[in-house]
Amino acid sequence: MHPALSVIFFTTATGAGYGFLALLGIFGASGLLPSDRWMGLSGLIVALGLITTGLLSSTFHLGHPERAWRAFTQWRSSWLSREGVASVLTYIPALLLGVGWVVFQDVSGFWAVMGVLAAVLSWLTVACTAMIYRSLRPIHQWHNDFTVPSYIVLSLMSGAVLMSALTKLFSIDNGYIQGLTVITLAIGWALKSAYWNFNKKSKGLPTVNSAIGVDAGRVNVLEAPHTSDNYLLKEMGFKVARKHAERLRLLSHVMGFALPLLFSLIALFTTGATAVIASVLAWALCSLGILVERWLFFAEAKHSVTLYYGEQTV
Amino acid sequence: MTSLPPETQKKLGLVIDLDTCVGCHACATNCKEWNTGGHSAPLTDVNPYSRDPDGVWFNRIHSFEIDRGANGVGMTVNFPRSCLHCEKAACVTVCPTGASYKRAEDGIVLVNDEKCIGCKLCSWACPYGAREFDVTKGVMKKCTLCIDRIYNENLDEIDRQPACVITCPVGARHFGDLGDPGSEVSKLVVARHGRDLMPEMGYKPTNKYLPPRPRKLDPALLGAPLELKPRKTKKGEKILAWVDNLLSR
Ligand code: SF4
Ligand code: SF4
Ligand code: SF4
Repeated sequence: MHPALSVIFFTTATGAGYGFLALLGIFGASGLLPSDRWMGLSGLIVALGLITTGLLSSTFHLGHPERAWRAFTQWRSSWLSREGVASVLTYIPALLLGVGWVVFQDVSGFWAVMGVLAAVLSWLTVACTAMIYRSLRPIHQWHNDFTVPSYIVLSLMSGAVLMSALTKLFSIDNGYIQGLTVITLAIGWALKSAYWNFNKKSKGLPTVNSAIGVDAGRVNVLEAPHTSDNYLLKEMGFKVARKHAERLRLLSHVMGFALPLLFSLIALFTTGATAVIASVLAWALCSLGILVERWLFFAEAKHSVTLYYGEQTV
Repeated sequence: MTSLPPETQKKLGLVIDLDTCVGCHACATNCKEWNTGGHSAPLTDVNPYSRDPDGVWFNRIHSFEIDRGANGVGMTVNFPRSCLHCEKAACVTVCPTGASYKRAEDGIVLVNDEKCIGCKLCSWACPYGAREFDVTKGVMKKCTLCIDRIYNENLDEIDRQPACVITCPVGARHFGDLGDPGSEVSKLVVARHGRDLMPEMGYKPTNKYLPPRPRKLDPALLGAPLELKPRKTKKGEKILAWVDNLLSR
């Protein structure tokens, strides 16, 4: 599949934003974060900023952005529509949490409920995003049981590294936050490695024989229907060279998981400037690594229409 | 509403005969000609007369070579590919806007170009690549089964068929109600063991494809020798060859 930059940015930015918002809600509500105004303000600005720019960038690839409101209407059948509805609903408890935290410097009682609600809706939104891909049967690399857990864990993970960097910047040494960062990085790494392994081995059910309804014999393309690229090939026929993909995967292993894990462990056991630098480095590297991971998620996905253009299996 | 109708009154669709299709592209050309003024008009082209032409087509004709290995003869299969008007059309259910829909009366899958936001998700959801995005109009386009022909009372009854069916020079394309077991198309599907494409995807396509009839696999059975051997010339032939040589100087 064509790795469109707007969609890659959208999924990574909203993933981190919702993961971070959820942790702000949960840690805020449970009193593990100070109810100090500046803590709440900076946290919510970062979280909602990421979410909002991500959502806006997703409208860039639309043919008719001015009709985007129509996408809220089909929540009964469409995961894309559900995602839209959930994303907008999340703003309500998130902004109310902001009122409590920033205006009243209070994250207990009603405001705490809003924090928990914001977290639940954030996770729901990320799950809906994942389900958009999970539900597409023509794309075996998405239509499998790794997609939803990966999106949720990676969202939590990028939220946690962000939270870790922010709290260290506020000179808060919270073992739970640092511990969660390390744990989510480890789970995320394991999950993504398992997914890449699955991708290497597993193929979708259709073959070129079932695609054209002729069972016997090997099928080769004799002549293509058109002499230059068309929409199908540009959108669904994207092919990444194996060598290129392996290099990017290594980059993703190192920048997305290994180094952030190392720096998070350093941040866990240190304080002061070392801890600040380590946690900020963990966040910066992880963000870049996840962008590469997301690029691969699209670029390595094979659509069944490519069976008509020379692929034997997908 | 992008939920699918539980049941459609008719299942209008095409039956395409892979045995007789000669890959002439006439169906695709006539489709383009009719539909660029039809329900989903226009079928825009980008750079049609220069480098890298691109454009929207509802029907594309592929040609495949079936290699049957050392013992069998090869075979060419021409394969027209268009929307199959699936019963379980996920292209419809993924649509966030209600622009994509399947009609309860005849099962035809359509796009309302006034509601479409051009998110392209439906084209990702179609296993067969039947939907093409129109970059100039910013909306998704697809085969309409020529709804503006098949119900068109200004046309003679015999012409109320999809443009591709009307135009096929070898009669490889058939149109009718595949939900009615007594219809000509349904009988054809039974007689010729008509097939679903990618049945494992679970989309339950309405259109059916008739596989190529079995070929005689041994070349000798076709009357053709396996290899060509030089033939001995007889006496009389030598004189003829000499005359031929003389005259063609
Ligand atoms: S062939 Fe593709 S576009 Fe047509 S109904 Fe089936 S899934 Fe939808
Ligand atoms: S491109 Fe148009 S028809 Fe297709 S899913 Fe999006 S809004 Fe619906
Ligand atoms: S017009 Fe008929 S023979 Fe020609 S490509 Fe189309 S189906 Fe095949």
